[in-house]
Amino acid sequence: MTRKKRRLYMLGLALLGLGTATALALTAFQDNIVFFYSPSQLQAQHVGDRNFRLGGLVEEGSVQKLPDGVTTSFRVTDTANTVDVRYRGQLPDLFREGQGVVAEGKMTGGVFVAREVLAKHDENYMPPEVSEALKQAGVYKKPAESETKTAKKE
Amino acid sequence: MIPELGHYALVLALFVALVQSVPPLVGAATRNTAWMNVAVPAAIAQMMLVLIAYGALTWAHVVSDFSVLNVVQNSHSAKPMLYKVSGVWGNHEGSMMLWIVMLTIFGAAVAVFGRNLPPTLKARVLAVQGLIGVGFLLFILITSNPFIRVVPAPLDGNDLNPLLQDPGLAFHPPFLYAGYVGFSMAFSFAVAALIEGRVDPAWARWVRPWTLAAWSTLTMGIAMGSWWAYYELGWGGWWYWDPVENASFMPWLAGTALLHSAIVVEKRDALKSWTILLSIVTFSLSLMGTFLVRSGILTSVHAFAVDPKRGIFILVLLAIATGGSLLLYSLRAPSLKAGGLFAPISREGALVLNNLLLSTATATVFIGTLYPLFLDIMKLGKVSVGAPFFNATFVPVAIPVVIAMVVGPYLSWKRADLGSALTRLWVAGVAVVIAVAITAYVKAGGGPLMALVGIALAAWAFVGSLVEFADRIALFRTSFRNSWNRAVHLPRSAWGMTIAHASIGLSILGMTGTSAWQTESITSMKPGDQTSVAGYEFHFDSVGLVNGPNFKAERGIFTVTKDGRPIATLEPERRSYSTTRMTTTESAIHTTVFSDLYVALGDPTQNGTAWIVRIYHHPLVPWIWIGGVGMMLGGLVSLTDRRFRIGAPERRRAAGKSAPLPAE
Repeated sequence: MTRKKRRLYMLGLALLGLGTATALALTAFQDNIVFFYSPSQLQAQHVGDRNFRLGGLVEEGSVQKLPDGVTTSFRVTDTANTVDVRYRGQLPDLFREGQGVVAEGKMTGGVFVAREVLAKHDENYMPPEVSEALKQAGVYKKPAESETKTAKKE
Repeated sequence: MIPELGHYALVLALFVALVQSVPPLVGAATRNTAWMNVAVPAAIAQMMLVLIAYGALTWAHVVSDFSVLNVVQNSHSAKPMLYKVSGVWGNHEGSMMLWIVMLTIFGAAVAVFGRNLPPTLKARVLAVQGLIGVGFLLFILITSNPFIRVVPAPLDGNDLNPLLQDPGLAFHPPFLYAGYVGFSMAFSFAVAALIEGRVDPAWARWVRPWTLAAWSTLTMGIAMGSWWAYYELGWGGWWYWDPVENASFMPWLAGTALLHSAIVVEKRDALKSWTILLSIVTFSLSLMGTFLVRSGILTSVHAFAVDPKRGIFILVLLAIATGGSLLLYSLRAPSLKAGGLFAPISREGALVLNNLLLSTATATVFIGTLYPLFLDIMKLGKVSVGAPFFNATFVPVAIPVVIAMVVGPYLSWKRADLGSALTRLWVAGVAVVIAVAITAYVKAGGGPLMALVGIALAAWAFVGSLVEFADRIALFRTSFRNSWNRAVHLPRSAWGMTIAHASIGLSILGMTGTSAWQTESITSMKPGDQTSVAGYEFHFDSVGLVNGPNFKAERGIFTVTKDGRPIATLEPERRSYSTTRMTTTESAIHTTVFSDLYVALGDPTQNGTAWIVRIYHHPLVPWIWIGGVGMMLGGLVSLTDRRFRIGAPERRRAAGKSAPLPAE
């Protein structure tokens, strides 16, 4: 095989690989991308049966354990709007009223049924999606301030 | 005083790094030996200075010197000693210090052990290493100085993120960084070779051991991280396709490709410019990993602080390193002479296929990881790309890699016969059929189809690799003594390959087992309650309070029985760290090697009499990490190969005289 021919083969194979990757990625994107909405954005959106992420603050006084002992219901708010959420399972260690939260799931009969409530990794951390959503609703507080607030509460 | 000493040493290191880069580059261009030789003492001095700085920081952490901001933010006087030491790299500034420590150790290793390197190549390699050092030292000194003092000094510190206070995670960063930074060697050698305009088998023989070492430690680092996520996060998963995980996985994939393409350069003097490109890409992906993780773009346990200045600085570094080297590549690569020819069906061909598939796999991970960032920056919406995407893109590309991995070693260089290779693999084929049949029988239908594919793949990889090894030592075709002798005399790289390839089979077995057949139970339990999961009875005996050095914990006691026989007592904890006001879940795991029983204690219910309890039965899951350790061992065994210990140029002369090594 000549050098030119070999190079041609290699190029063909490389293009094939790249093509496969692109094709796989594009088809996968169609089904598997998960959008993020705040409660206010959700009002204006038709989400249907799709999976999406919901983010905001856990409304104070809204967290309730249902009688089965493992399902929790709470409301997520960006202060302008709220959404009822239900989650079956163990909440992340840092789940707390008044703190930011991101949950993934879908709307079922007006209630957001979360498949997963994402763990935050430390006390001061606010998911960027949440802080942005709060900024848009005009109620964003710097983490430091909210921290002193929780400190007083405890 | 000691922190100032460290700070001073760090500033000095920056200037030494400059001396390590500029004069040797000029010297190599003008053939000035004296200027070139500056690189060697400079590399050693830079390492010493960086070690002094790192030692000073460690000292501040160990004695809890709370006048140092870094210690205040990340330590606490009551923290156990292990985490005082590991806490040094458990924060942004300290982890960058660890990065530079690794970099200078690698640099000094070339200076000390590189006596056989051609002088100009050596000077240039060290100079490029020096330049990377300059970039990162500047980064530390300007944006992430760990030696900043606070006045007045607080009485105690804020403590380290409790999730990081874990023995498994304590050593995850050093391994990961040794891997990331180890690829800088391949990068420096590639850039030096481009400046030289020459790549030959001796070059590849120099690059291979560094790449192997980096790959092995990176493998270990990733495995440890995944293990930690499995038992510490309390969710029972072992891989989340989280961008932070992907950031370490991409250099690993590219590094794996590099490892294999360098073999072709070494043995056949072909694929040179591709290998150079891969070296550049692999290290760029390592830098990008550092950028993604450290910039705060991605939020996770790793993003210690969100400081845009740092992100931009690393981005600029990345742009200079990647952009500069790619520019150099485009100018110089065409002048690299192409080497030996080969037919598509040949050992080279198999390695090319491996490279193409691994690059494609890297590309899919890259797209999935960066696409959300791209959309965000373009203000096109906020999205996340999770496991379903990667399962749909990465897995289909990875499957042929594993299939080809077993066949490749059977093919001879230049031209090979695929048919005869496949007939010699009949044992592996039989093993696949048996494994699938057993799985389908035991699991009555076998669960999802992907599970059968996974089991088939695992059997193929594991048995196929061993069959190839048995074939090599003529097992059962000659006396055992003879086979033993052959095995002993096989090059270590052959041993390493078999161990690593077979280990991949083990990991696939574990991944398949736990993905397809795990049982999960989330219930609310009171002490005295009993739950049955996967045939095991979990009896919740009691909950007690435990005091740790810097935490208080609720410790549950569970007795596990099966058909009335006692199996284990599991004691999961829910720890509350007082300083950080964080709670962590310490799951309790009982492993039988064939499966894990996993219990995590969750929140108490509102009146405090019952707890949410997560119980998992994870079949085969330990094999994921056994396989990971096996891959690392394979890499290390390969690293002890004779030809890496003997200097490259000498080896070339010796090769002419001695008989060629068998089967290579």
